[in-house]
Amino acid sequence: MAEWLGQNTLLLGLALLDGLAYAALVFMVAVGLNLVFGVLRIINIAHGSLFAIGGYAAASLGLFLAAHGLPGWIQYVALVLAAALVGGILGPVIERLVLRRIYGHEQVLQLLVTFALFMILEDVQKLVWGVQPVTNDAPLRLLGTVDVPFGEDVIPFTAYQLFVLPGVALATLGGLAWFLRRTLTGRIIVAVTTDREAATAMGIDARRVFLLTFTFGAGLAALGGALASPTTTLVPGIGASTIVLSFAVVATAGLGQIEGAAISSLLIGIGRSAAVYLAPEFEVVVPYLIMVAVLLVRPQGLFGVVETRRV
Amino acid sequence: MSSTQHALTRRGALALAGAVSGSLLWPGSGRAQAQKPAELKVGITTFLSGTSSVFGVPARQTAEMLFEEINQAGGIGGVPVRALFVDEAPGTEHVVAEYRRLVQNEGVSIIFASISSGSCLACTPLSDELRKTTLLWDCGTQRALEEGRHPYAFRTQGYATPEVLAPLLYLLKTKPDFRTLAVINQDYAWGRDSWEIWKSAMDVLKPGVRVVAELFPRLGATDYSTEVTRLLAARPDVIFSTHWGGDLVTLVRQAAERRLFDRSTFVLPVAEASMQILGRTMPAGHIIGTRGDHWNNHPRPKDPARLARFVDSYRRRFNEYPIYPCHHMYQAISAMQAAYNKAIAAKGGGWPNDQELAAAFRGLEFPTPTSTITLREDGQGLEDQIVGVSTFTDRYPFAVPKDMIIFPAAMVSAPVGQKSVDWVKTLKPELLAQVPAPIAG
Repeated sequence: MAEWLGQNTLLLGLALLDGLAYAALVFMVAVGLNLVFGVLRIINIAHGSLFAIGGYAAASLGLFLAAHGLPGWIQYVALVLAAALVGGILGPVIERLVLRRIYGHEQVLQLLVTFALFMILEDVQKLVWGVQPVTNDAPLRLLGTVDVPFGEDVIPFTAYQLFVLPGVALATLGGLAWFLRRTLTGRIIVAVTTDREAATAMGIDARRVFLLTFTFGAGLAALGGALASPTTTLVPGIGASTIVLSFAVVATAGLGQIEGAAISSLLIGIGRSAAVYLAPEFEVVVPYLIMVAVLLVRPQGLFGVVETRRV
Repeated sequence: MSSTQHALTRRGALALAGAVSGSLLWPGSGRAQAQKPAELKVGITTFLSGTSSVFGVPARQTAEMLFEEINQAGGIGGVPVRALFVDEAPGTEHVVAEYRRLVQNEGVSIIFASISSGSCLACTPLSDELRKTTLLWDCGTQRALEEGRHPYAFRTQGYATPEVLAPLLYLLKTKPDFRTLAVINQDYAWGRDSWEIWKSAMDVLKPGVRVVAELFPRLGATDYSTEVTRLLAARPDVIFSTHWGGDLVTLVRQAAERRLFDRSTFVLPVAEASMQILGRTMPAGHIIGTRGDHWNNHPRPKDPARLARFVDSYRRRFNEYPIYPCHHMYQAISAMQAAYNKAIAAKGGGWPNDQELAAAFRGLEFPTPTSTITLREDGQGLEDQIVGVSTFTDRYPFAVPKDMIIFPAAMVSAPVGQKSVDWVKTLKPELLAQVPAPIAG
């Protein structure tokens, strides 16, 4: 084992760097999904579409700004602005027109409705952006690369991947934790999450909290897509693959757990990267193997709590 | 006795009813004397949604454009043509059910199936069962026509074996000194099959090449950072990848940004379809293919005016250059026109039934803008392959090949009756001496 570690330490170091960047992207999507479930108790399949539309919107806005000769740093503003626009417009529309009608209904119905929404948004996405791949890698190129020593060699990593993605994910995690625990609005959200009836009896407008939370969750999904857009290529179907992985993260973490989503994103991100180096055949299944392993031991997820069913 | 007679009569009546209803349900039944239809319905399965719609939608656009042109010119044999499209994205079972519906309910005269190799493998037996001429218009799997005889199935373009073997021969001819190689292919049938053909051929044509990494990320992966890091660390002389669509765009962008193209020579047999999107991001000096010979800068197209007319019409209408699935659709439509004309002429102007139409396809030669394709006795089309090195010219805002080699189809295709993987294992290094010289420029 020691000999093996000696030979592969450098490779594992590279896998750790790759895993961190991947985990950051996964976390950005999963945390929104988890927040929405925690408060609204709805598993939102359409979360993947919001990720995709956020990515497309960011790429389009970035390309538009670049075409008009605006300075490079505007590209980073475009990422956040696009996400805010997508979350701010689609979030309230979806919550008001669709989700509000299915609160408290059977989960099967909720899944069907959000799946239908997902299909509609996929088609809207194709209607607007077509089917050919869309890319805008300006934010990636602007920051250049960083050479990481690898024995006598060097391995170039993009600065965006090494610093921006983990940085934004950390800031999101810290900001969310602060917001939920230290601000009045955050505490109201937590109160509604813990006991909606009691919170309503205390005078809290739960419907408003739902609207706010869903809009925020939609914005996080769109931000995940926007941050991914410089490194990936946007094509039809990207939302579907993202939502499947996000569910694995959320199930591993425990539904409704914000910090849990961060830890399970790390587990899955680093596990997947290590698999590419050590057993590439298992790369695709590693996130799901981790999920199954966790759920076998803790059916409520790593950080989930067992709930008593109310009769 | 009487009861036996009664039973026989009832069975006879049932059989008659079955036969009558069968012929009603299958208006295109091969045994029927065909009447000239009011319109020639063509069932086309293609990806209209999901990741592969990057290929499927341009192909549908091509079909719509060409059918309009055919109808403006009077149709085929005086009959207007109409396409009925089916989305392949829901999967093989859906395609099979839709294939039956197109034949039995819609009464299509011919079917174009499919982009997905899995769908092609499912549709070829159906063509036998329903006796419906089926053109495999884009799928590449060598198994479709090698693992059984399908008298109603024809492939109007090349297939996996020549599409992989030609780039390998190009590499061996132009950069013969490589010692290490890595593969990064999508984790599904095409990615695995193309690697099997490449590896089997490489092992006999250049024994001793060390494979330093075999990576098969999932189809539709959004991030290749880890794979790129591993390839950077492994430093292979050559990286082989049959990635396509958005996956290839992501891989090339991430690899280019991290200077992987400076360390290794890439061989990308399906690159053409992604060149427009990659633009200047695609590095020069790497081996690229197009699953055929239909490059926009084809050095010796058979009919330059026809090629220019098609490219210009498509660009005018859709604001982009046609990519290889567009050319494959063009080829299928061209084959259909040629076969109908041949069958109608053979019948003295009469309309062919299904058997007569299928017979017309056997051994058919039909023109494409760049060459002539011949359908062999096993239904496989012989299409030349052009491979070259990525470069930039003033004419196109994206990479095109230079130093192109035109590989004659017969040189890189398994002979009739032989399975590709077995055949490539019999190749000898002497084959390289037969490879034509690159066309300069």
